[in-house]
Amino acid sequence: MNPEPEPEPRLNLCVIPVSAAVLLRLHQRFQFLDKDSRGHLRSEDLEAELSENPIGDRIVGAFFQPGQETVDFPSFVRVLAHFRPTEKNRTRDGVQPEPANSRNRKLKFAFQLYDQDRDGKISRTELLQVLREMLGLQVTEEQLQSIAERAIQEADLDRDDAICFDKFRKSLEKVDIDHKMSVRFLE
Amino acid sequence: MAERWRSALLLCLLMAASSLANSETPVSSSTGNETTGTGHETAAITTLPIVTWKWHHVEVPYLVALWVLVSWLCKLVIEANHNVTNYIPESALLICFGFILGGMIWGADKVQTFKLTPTTFFFYLLPQIILDTGYSMPNKLFFTNLGAILIHAIIGTCWNAATLGLSLWGCHQGGAMGNIEIGLLQYLLYGSLMAAVDPVAVIAVFEQVHVNEVLFILVFGESLLNDGVTVVLFNVFDAFVSLGGGAIDAKEIVKGIVSFFVVAFGGSLLGTVFGLLISLLSRCTKNIQIIEPGFIFVLGYLAYLTAEMLSLSSILSIVFCGVCCQKYMNSNMDENSIQTVRYAMKVFANGSETIIFVFLGISAIDKTIWVWNTGFILLTLFFILIYRFIGVFILTWFLNRSRLVPISFVEQIIMGYGGLRGAVAYGLAVNLNETKIKEKNLMVCTTLIVVYFTVILQGVTMKPLVQWLNVKRAATVDLTLVEKVQNKVFEHMLVAIEDISGQIGDNYWRNKNFEEKWMSRLLLKPSARKKQDRLFNVFHQLNLQDAMEYVKEGEHRGSLEFIRNESAFVDFKKKFGEDYEEAMPDIMAVMADDQGSLNDPVSACRRDPVPSVSLEMHEQNMRGLREAEGINSHYLLDQHLYKSRKQHRYRFSRSHLDINQDENEVQEIFQRTMRSRLESFKSGKMGVAPPKTITKHTKREPQPKVQPSARFNRKHKSGIENPVNPVAPSERAQVRTPGHLHRLASLRTSAQPGDTVRDRNLLTPPPPPHRDDDHL
Repeated sequence: MNPEPEPEPRLNLCVIPVSAAVLLRLHQRFQFLDKDSRGHLRSEDLEAELSENPIGDRIVGAFFQPGQETVDFPSFVRVLAHFRPTEKNRTRDGVQPEPANSRNRKLKFAFQLYDQDRDGKISRTELLQVLREMLGLQVTEEQLQSIAERAIQEADLDRDDAICFDKFRKSLEKVDIDHKMSVRFLE
Repeated sequence: MAERWRSALLLCLLMAASSLANSETPVSSSTGNETTGTGHETAAITTLPIVTWKWHHVEVPYLVALWVLVSWLCKLVIEANHNVTNYIPESALLICFGFILGGMIWGADKVQTFKLTPTTFFFYLLPQIILDTGYSMPNKLFFTNLGAILIHAIIGTCWNAATLGLSLWGCHQGGAMGNIEIGLLQYLLYGSLMAAVDPVAVIAVFEQVHVNEVLFILVFGESLLNDGVTVVLFNVFDAFVSLGGGAIDAKEIVKGIVSFFVVAFGGSLLGTVFGLLISLLSRCTKNIQIIEPGFIFVLGYLAYLTAEMLSLSSILSIVFCGVCCQKYMNSNMDENSIQTVRYAMKVFANGSETIIFVFLGISAIDKTIWVWNTGFILLTLFFILIYRFIGVFILTWFLNRSRLVPISFVEQIIMGYGGLRGAVAYGLAVNLNETKIKEKNLMVCTTLIVVYFTVILQGVTMKPLVQWLNVKRAATVDLTLVEKVQNKVFEHMLVAIEDISGQIGDNYWRNKNFEEKWMSRLLLKPSARKKQDRLFNVFHQLNLQDAMEYVKEGEHRGSLEFIRNESAFVDFKKKFGEDYEEAMPDIMAVMADDQGSLNDPVSACRRDPVPSVSLEMHEQNMRGLREAEGINSHYLLDQHLYKSRKQHRYRFSRSHLDINQDENEVQEIFQRTMRSRLESFKSGKMGVAPPKTITKHTKREPQPKVQPSARFNRKHKSGIENPVNPVAPSERAQVRTPGHLHRLASLRTSAQPGDTVRDRNLLTPPPPPHRDDDHL
């Protein structure tokens, strides 16, 4: 992993749709988190910031590409760009790549929080893990399994005991993703 | 139809009676000296009276009760025909009824003897309405939009007051109003009392319109919180009018501003303190469950009065009292108490609202206040509308720059149009001091006209406007488990992202640690704390739904669906003991009552494998049998309309209470099923199994009806006795059983088609579902 030089905010703004001001702020934040000025972050840096969060480690994990142990600034921004509020008036011709903060991409991000092994499906064990983390000690194991089973039953239409991305998206079509997955200051 | 005429006739009779009684009063009071209520002075009578006419003895309470009855009868007449209420909101019709009644009284007495006095209104009619709104306020929605609400309430109301007062004064100077004696300060006073949007009117009109939640909470929250501003403005200007124009200098103005903060925050703080007090109290009332529901009313009212006493904002106080205590009360109190509180609140609130509107109508028919000044009245109306819209547009423009989900233009129009004035403004107007404000009658008259205009006209046109503008309506769907899980994930996700990116956003404040650690520990019963997790409650409720559905299907089909499944017996204690012991302690008690021989059904079942239906349906994964119909348990249960306890739909309907009255039904059926199952087990053991016929098949309508007697009918075994024998489900039953419920049925398929119940002597258990082994 060759340490990249300090990235200046000169990134291709079409691909990473945050404004220059926000980019600057994020850069400052990146430098703050990067305590040893290494030019990249490790998971410990990110985890240090999180308060008690049941799915904290998953979210931190989402910053890192599979196999990598560090995250550089472009990746940092790329992940955070998912949380930019969606603009409704944006017109896209088919040529431009889908912006990071589109509803689809947001859902994909959420999906990957569950799907740690990246096989494109949330299996029952993966769902169980998430539920276990979130429900904690209040619920017994069998109840957890029942909940997981039921959740899969609700979403799983082709009966392969796992939730694929399409089904995931379908089951959430009534939820206002835009509202629930946006952080205001990233505009 | 006939009913309506009958009730109308009854009304007229009552009216005649009351006015007659009233005219009797001067008569009886003059003879009071002779035949006083105490009857001590018997000097004037010559013989023992068998019956005396003691009208003045009961006059006041009698009239009060009579008027309450009359108002409620009006509502009865109105609601008899739903077609009318679809177009005209109830409040408008009630006012019209008030006109008629007022006319009748005035016709009888030539003087308006009944009016809505400020004391009655502010002390006896308003508090319960506000308490109800606070108690059923959707907290999360409220606090999320609190910024917008506060901005509209504070700045919006000040804007309304100032612009109205100044414009009217300007017009007065310009000569548009003829010759009336109102100074600038009085105009400002008038502006301040007209400025406030009225919560009662807003609820009454919006109730029938069902706009989306955010829009509703914005208008409604504003109407509640602006009381803080109204009280301050009114008192400040009232004091200024008394002081006279000359004594007002910077110091007084500064004091005015300071008083705003004190009044508003003081009121809210006081309300919060009372709310916490109630919550604490509810933690300890386990032994007096019968009067447990009463505490909230008493303490809420005390919160209101205390704030009045300290000249703080009483509405804010009682709102925050309700807002703070609802969560803890709902967790701590017994299920029955919760229902009682909800019902009683709705009764009081609805009743009060009815009375208020009827009396608003009656108060109009009073010659003394009929002072007509075309300019004043028309200009007031005009300015109120205009400045409301302008204010809303400006403020929303500011707000939208920092809101995640901006308020659309259409919604802004509705917000502007929903700025209804109501009884609060009228009450304040009547409270004006006549000596200082010479044109009080004009003001009262104008206020009434404005109120009628907004409630009747704007009320009637609100619904068509909403439909015409295609405003987003309220969602009426329950969330699936996946959505619920995902919502939680989103919350945590946002908190994490905000942490990582170093911003303090909305979600920081939602970080529940403080609340969970300290408040819950203090204010919730230990048992309630354990049951807190929402996700688990949903799951719990869904299980209950499934059980209910299963039983219902079984009863419906007539054939026996209950299969003995000995290989997968339910570990009774673990599944039911812990969960249900606390949630439904009565069931255990009931079963203990009924089963004379089995003293402790729980332990009895623990000892022996109970061949009961496994309610943990998911453990028997019978995927293969899932019906092509694909009936999902949720949506099948639309007919049952079960809602989980924490998911009360936030509809601010005064007349609909979507509450979990189903719990009783659930428990009753559960009891019965358990009882019969234990009996079957008993008789099965003894080898005697005459098929019991279904004794009473009460056809249960699939509508949630309150069954208050359900739990008291323990000894009285009505309802369905489930046939004792374990029977394989008939072919048709198998086919008809909804998909997921097949997991309960056995895999046994009969050779012959037909739906006769077969193989009564079948005692061998059906083969356990093969998936059971490789499952988990």
